[in-house]
Amino acid sequence: VLRKLFQRENKRHVRMVEKHLVLDGKRCVQCGICSFNCPINIDVRRHAWENEPIFNSRCLSCGECVMRCPRGVIKFERIHLPEDGRP
Amino acid sequence: MTRYVLIGSGVAAVAAAEGIRTADPDGSITIISNDPDGYYSRPGLAYLLTGEIDTQLLFPFRAQDFKRLNIHLRQAKALRIRPAEKSVEIHPAAVVAYDRLLLATGASARPLTMPGSGLQGVNKLDHLEDARRLIQLAGNARSAVVVGGGITALELVEGLIARRVTVHYILRGKRFWSNVLDESESEMIENRLRKEGVILHPQREIVEIQAKNERVGGVRLDNGEQIKCEIVAYAIGTAPRTDLAREAGILCDRGILVNETFHTNQAHIYAAGDAAQIFDPDAKKYLLDSLWSSARAQGFIAGQNMAGRSVIYQKPVSFNVTRLTGLAITIIGAVGSAENIGPVEIVRGDSESWREVPLANVAEQETEHLSVRLMVGEKQILGAVVMGAPELSAPLLTLIRDRVDITPIRDQLLTPSASIEKILLEFQRISTGV
Repeated sequence: VLRKLFQRENKRHVRMVEKHLVLDGKRCVQCGICSFNCPINIDVRRHAWENEPIFNSRCLSCGECVMRCPRGVIKFERIHLPEDGRP
Repeated sequence: MTRYVLIGSGVAAVAAAEGIRTADPDGSITIISNDPDGYYSRPGLAYLLTGEIDTQLLFPFRAQDFKRLNIHLRQAKALRIRPAEKSVEIHPAAVVAYDRLLLATGASARPLTMPGSGLQGVNKLDHLEDARRLIQLAGNARSAVVVGGGITALELVEGLIARRVTVHYILRGKRFWSNVLDESESEMIENRLRKEGVILHPQREIVEIQAKNERVGGVRLDNGEQIKCEIVAYAIGTAPRTDLAREAGILCDRGILVNETFHTNQAHIYAAGDAAQIFDPDAKKYLLDSLWSSARAQGFIAGQNMAGRSVIYQKPVSFNVTRLTGLAITIIGAVGSAENIGPVEIVRGDSESWREVPLANVAEQETEHLSVRLMVGEKQILGAVVMGAPELSAPLLTLIRDRVDITPIRDQLLTPSASIEKILLEFQRISTGV
């Protein structure tokens, strides 16, 4: 029973975090095209500087930043969260 | 309390401040720069020119970021370093004392020297101010002449085209960026430029910039051809700003010479970014880089060392992904060829390491919208140029940086007309188990 519960919970976590935005800071030149094109004004560029994925629940996953970045910095990637649910 | 003084306001200086703060939360940090715009994304100027972003987007840091790092910004020109007194003389007249000094003075565009080079309408792309001037000029211009090779020259071409200016592109050599790209890669870019309406003039030089009402009116080429234009934009190479260092007796070659901890030959003085020429133990020589990511990494380590740590810079594989003529272009590692050995002219977004000639076979794949060239060594891939397949850049960087043994796919890669793209992606899938 416990294992089933654990598996179910684990699946839920995976679903929750499926396709988060992952940024490769080493490629980024901080031009700001991503932040400029974010429809809800997430400072995507700052995440690239800090090399931190975007876990912002407001992110629409619209893909504008992914598409517009001239250097391929941003990707949708599946991220597995640790059990406490925090990145 | 240690007094840190950083000369320059580019990414190397800002990263140095971050590096200092990892080890010293209390010391005073002063950034001295005479650029009125301070810290902004210099590579972003290309997208300002094309109109893809607004000026205010070029500033990655807000006031609170400088406050968080407790940086004191001082808009002034550094005139002289006095190493014996550990101070910097600046204008407006003042003397700033330091305990640790960083020279992050960057590089400037090599100027044109032909008659007429000083006319209004002749422009480089070093600073935000240059981009603003170009945008203003483009508003009233019909034609422009762009001269130079490499990324910045193309950014100028694309920016002006986006602003509906007819562009004549003058290439000194037979083809575009011949000391990094091979013939078919250059051709791919050139064909795309022609489709955008750019008029190419290979193997030509401007001998004179002609005036009309004291402004640029046209140029005369070495074959006698005259081109009417209102703008001449140039990116014929960059040179590290070394004047301050040289005058202070700091050892310089083409850049300010530093070891792998970014120390110059003078005590307490460091250099990083485009201004620095760094000892590379693999190549056993001092190399220049003009890449944003290198400048950031170098500045960060220099800052840590200034604050008393002892961090050695492991020069990463030189890597750049950029968009030129609408194509994502990735250059990684050593991609030079023997035909191009000779004096090197470095441009922005460039690395001398790319010109290293590896002991390798070349694997190539080419279609109309895709070009892949791999320098395949005995067991590793040593360098790569990819155009039009950005998804290959990450796996290739891993293969080259981590010196992954590619023996299982080596023969496949070197088979004529192999689908390199597919082989690599499949190899990545198997290796990572994804």
